[in-house]
Amino acid sequence: MLVELIQSFFAGLGWPWGLPEWMQVGLVILAKIVVILVPLMVCVAYLTYAERKVIGFMQVRIGPNRVGFFGKQMWGLGQPIADAVKLMFKEIILPAGADKLLFLIAPVIAMAPALAAWAVIPFGSEMVLADVDASLLYVLAITSIGVYGIIIAGWASNSKYPFISAMRSAAQIVSYEIAMGFALVGVLMAAGSINLGDIVAAQQGGFWQWFWLPLLPLFVIYFISGVAETNRAPFDVAEGESEIVAGFHVEYSGMPFAVFFLAEYANMILISVLASLLFLGGWLSPLEGLLPESVFEITLLGSLLGPGLHWLVVKTLIFLFFYLWFRATFPRYRYDQIMRLGWKVFIPLTIVWILVVGVMIITGTPPWFDVA
Amino acid sequence: MNFDMPNFLPAMPEMFVLGMTSLILIIDLFLNERTRVVSYLLAQATLVGAFILSLSLYSGNAELSFSDTFVLDPMAGVLKMAVYATVFMVFLYSHSYLRERGLFRGEFFVLALFGVLGMMVLISAHSFLTIYLGLELMSLALYAMVAMQRDSRTASEAAMKYFILGAMASAMLLYGMSMLYGVTGTLELTELSRAVQQTQGDRLLLVFGLVFLLVGVAFKLGAVPFHMWVPDVYHGAPTAVTLFISTAPKLAGFAMLMRLMVDGLPGLQPQWHDILVLLAVLSIGVGNVVAIAQTNIKRMLAYSGISHAGFLLLGVLSGTPEGYAAGMFYAIVYTIMGLGGFGMVILMSRAGFEAEQLEDYKGLNQRSPWFALMMLFIMFSMAGVPPFIGFWAKLAVLQAVVSANLMWLAAVAVIFSVIGAFFYLRVIKLMYFDQAREQGSLKPGADLAVVLSANAIGILALGAFPGALMALCLQAMGA
Amino acid sequence: MSFEQIIFYIFSAILVAAAVGVITVRNPVHAALFLVMCFITTSALWLLLEAEFLAITLVLVYVGAVMVLFLFVVMMLDINIAKMREGFTGYLPLGALVAGGTIAVMWYVANNDYFNLTNMPPPERLAADASNTRMLGEQLYTTYVYPFEIAAVILLLAIVAAITLTLRHRTGTRYQKIDQQVRVKRDERVRMVKMESEERK
Repeated sequence: MLVELIQSFFAGLGWPWGLPEWMQVGLVILAKIVVILVPLMVCVAYLTYAERKVIGFMQVRIGPNRVGFFGKQMWGLGQPIADAVKLMFKEIILPAGADKLLFLIAPVIAMAPALAAWAVIPFGSEMVLADVDASLLYVLAITSIGVYGIIIAGWASNSKYPFISAMRSAAQIVSYEIAMGFALVGVLMAAGSINLGDIVAAQQGGFWQWFWLPLLPLFVIYFISGVAETNRAPFDVAEGESEIVAGFHVEYSGMPFAVFFLAEYANMILISVLASLLFLGGWLSPLEGLLPESVFEITLLGSLLGPGLHWLVVKTLIFLFFYLWFRATFPRYRYDQIMRLGWKVFIPLTIVWILVVGVMIITGTPPWFDVA
Repeated sequence: MNFDMPNFLPAMPEMFVLGMTSLILIIDLFLNERTRVVSYLLAQATLVGAFILSLSLYSGNAELSFSDTFVLDPMAGVLKMAVYATVFMVFLYSHSYLRERGLFRGEFFVLALFGVLGMMVLISAHSFLTIYLGLELMSLALYAMVAMQRDSRTASEAAMKYFILGAMASAMLLYGMSMLYGVTGTLELTELSRAVQQTQGDRLLLVFGLVFLLVGVAFKLGAVPFHMWVPDVYHGAPTAVTLFISTAPKLAGFAMLMRLMVDGLPGLQPQWHDILVLLAVLSIGVGNVVAIAQTNIKRMLAYSGISHAGFLLLGVLSGTPEGYAAGMFYAIVYTIMGLGGFGMVILMSRAGFEAEQLEDYKGLNQRSPWFALMMLFIMFSMAGVPPFIGFWAKLAVLQAVVSANLMWLAAVAVIFSVIGAFFYLRVIKLMYFDQAREQGSLKPGADLAVVLSANAIGILALGAFPGALMALCLQAMGA
Repeated sequence: MSFEQIIFYIFSAILVAAAVGVITVRNPVHAALFLVMCFITTSALWLLLEAEFLAITLVLVYVGAVMVLFLFVVMMLDINIAKMREGFTGYLPLGALVAGGTIAVMWYVANNDYFNLTNMPPPERLAADASNTRMLGEQLYTTYVYPFEIAAVILLLAIVAAITLTLRHRTGTRYQKIDQQVRVKRDERVRMVKMESEERK
């Protein structure tokens, strides 16, 4: 939809101006990337604002409320922009004993996978930048590179707190990746595909058809592992401000620090989008089985109630809210407890549930697996 | 998708062993020091059950399954049953040894059974893939077993050497396989042999592949010049583990040699014949001569094992079914004798004392005439003195060599085994004509005494009636 | 030169450079990171060969898990490079001989007639909708099911072996027993005491 809009826009400008073919393809892809990433960056910025506001309300505070636009306060809506500008103009401090090259590369390595993973995320049945066959695996592989950003940052800083943090997060992320991978195995078994678009399509048929119900344990484990993967509270021992100050980014300032920040929030959004795609039917409408077909034919209301990007956004926002809610509610796990939870609780549970899913598929348990 | 269900029946023993091993792994979690014996009994039951299964599946013809990656032929049947019996004996021998050294853990039996499974896969392999996987399964279990005694420096060192050299040998093997695959385009052995026969033109690449394969096989058999790990590993590992790795894997190694050379590469027979001659002569020579210089009985037996590997190769290189049967006969006989030899070391040792030095056997006759006699049987048999079974084994391979018109090779083998007889006889001299260093009679546990006696008397009895075993081997090779 | 070839040469160049980096840099952490780079570029080359499942799995397994643990260990170790290089010149002739021999064999193998373009023509291009993953899966679970299961057993054995060699039951450690904590009842922790109220003096 959006893509066609852009294409027709360029066609109106007299596209393609006689450029060689590969350059045309490149430009179209570049345009698509911009269309995905710019809203993403805005979301990231306003997610930080939402975090401060939500946690503020939960703790009966007000949160940021001073910086607005045009001389008005506007509930502090200008805060993220002000923060960004501030960080951009701060000095980048290089610690004396640091490995300079790696120190500066680290935030880039953290950021790049968080953005690259978006290439295969479908926003609608045809709206995807790269319709890769094994897109779920691709997401898993690309996000697993992100941990290098943290490890390299911790090591290159040549300072003890960042190093401790790097070790913690390396072990934590590798451990939870197993549980997460197993949870995804359940999903791809249920859907019979590792293409994200096909997985969503397999959940057609309304709220009760989505995978959250037959795969409930995997759903819960996936999201908790996702929280652990992104190093967010209550699994944020890698930052652990009360023990190791700020962990891997103690020595960072200015823009490199901001990039780490962006990567963390982009990853949060990614995990939330994935959770909605895999378990909550992505862009599908929850009302599908409940309302009569004719309702979806109504011009404006129909497309609002029917499947569409807005449902994906709503579902993603729910998960993002969970993220913030967790942070406001739970105390930080101790390190050995994190490891115990990952290895001794989640992994066995997922393995058992994969078995259950297999049995359900073979026996064709209705209402999810009765159609072949 | 069309999928023909493979015939699972020929692989029943493998599935049974795997299932039982996994079961023991779980049951062992719920056992404590006192009830640990359950793991041991279950492991023995597994071997007995597998034996019965293999026996009931035994038939005269070969059966392929799993897209021709698996074969059950008479050779596989006999060798598998020999492996079960050997490992059964190993467990009997090591029971009290492990207990005294705090190694009596479920993991020992689980690892050993995984090793057995690896050997079974290797013996029944009919494709490069299964040969390699079986070999790795077996070797990985062996590496871990050698390292199990974590607080022993020698055991850790032995495990390290074994692992690194073993990994290199595996790499060589894979390299060779990759070359052969590149030329023939197949991994399956029957098809491979057909493709090799049809290959036109440059055969040098095939020979390169063959050489790398043989390096891998020679390493696993411990043939010179790929024998460096043998003495160190046999010496460093706990004796119960030495007992295991010096016996059953040899049967699997023999099977691997047969599968690769006879099943897969008969088209290269002239080439592998020459290489095997070289390996055999070197093994018999080095094994027998260097053993003389050893003062440690485990090292001595290790070199003896190297020379026996050479004899085993003599049978295979003759290139006739009778020769293969002789090689198989030799492999089985060697495992029986090896069991006795290392079993004796276990019997002599006790907690805190390993009875590894030759000196420890001085005057054994005064301390226990019966066990001295048993050791005498074992040593005579290894030296190849009639009427013990070792004699018949040597005779069979020499006959095969002679019938292949390699008189000089037979002469060399005989000369070196006469030289080798020296160190076996030295043990007997120490036992009967030297003064004991420590007094007091030897009081082994009843089970150990019975097993060892049975083993040694078996060597004598089989020596008196070698016909049945020989006939079995001949039948297995279709001679 | 087609666009694909340009990509191939770019990634190959990076791969070779990174591989040289692995063995030449002095810092072991840098070497490990170069190895990561090797894996990623290799995976890109595999993508060009239409082996996307393998390419993605390479990144997932080697980059995402194996190398992370590898780095973990390398960073913790204090490797003395100078000591490691001791005796380097002593072994150099032998090493050079072995390396020379290996290269000669490889050269011979790779230049053999068996592997020229007439005997080994490049494979057909797959259709755009051919699913590499599905094809691999079907092969693994039908034709190669037996080797596949054996490979799984090897992994199980590796787990058992690793745990056998590292697990030590230390006595006297005071670790958290979560199941007991969860199972605790109120009565076990709280004692209600009835007390008479007292008059203030």
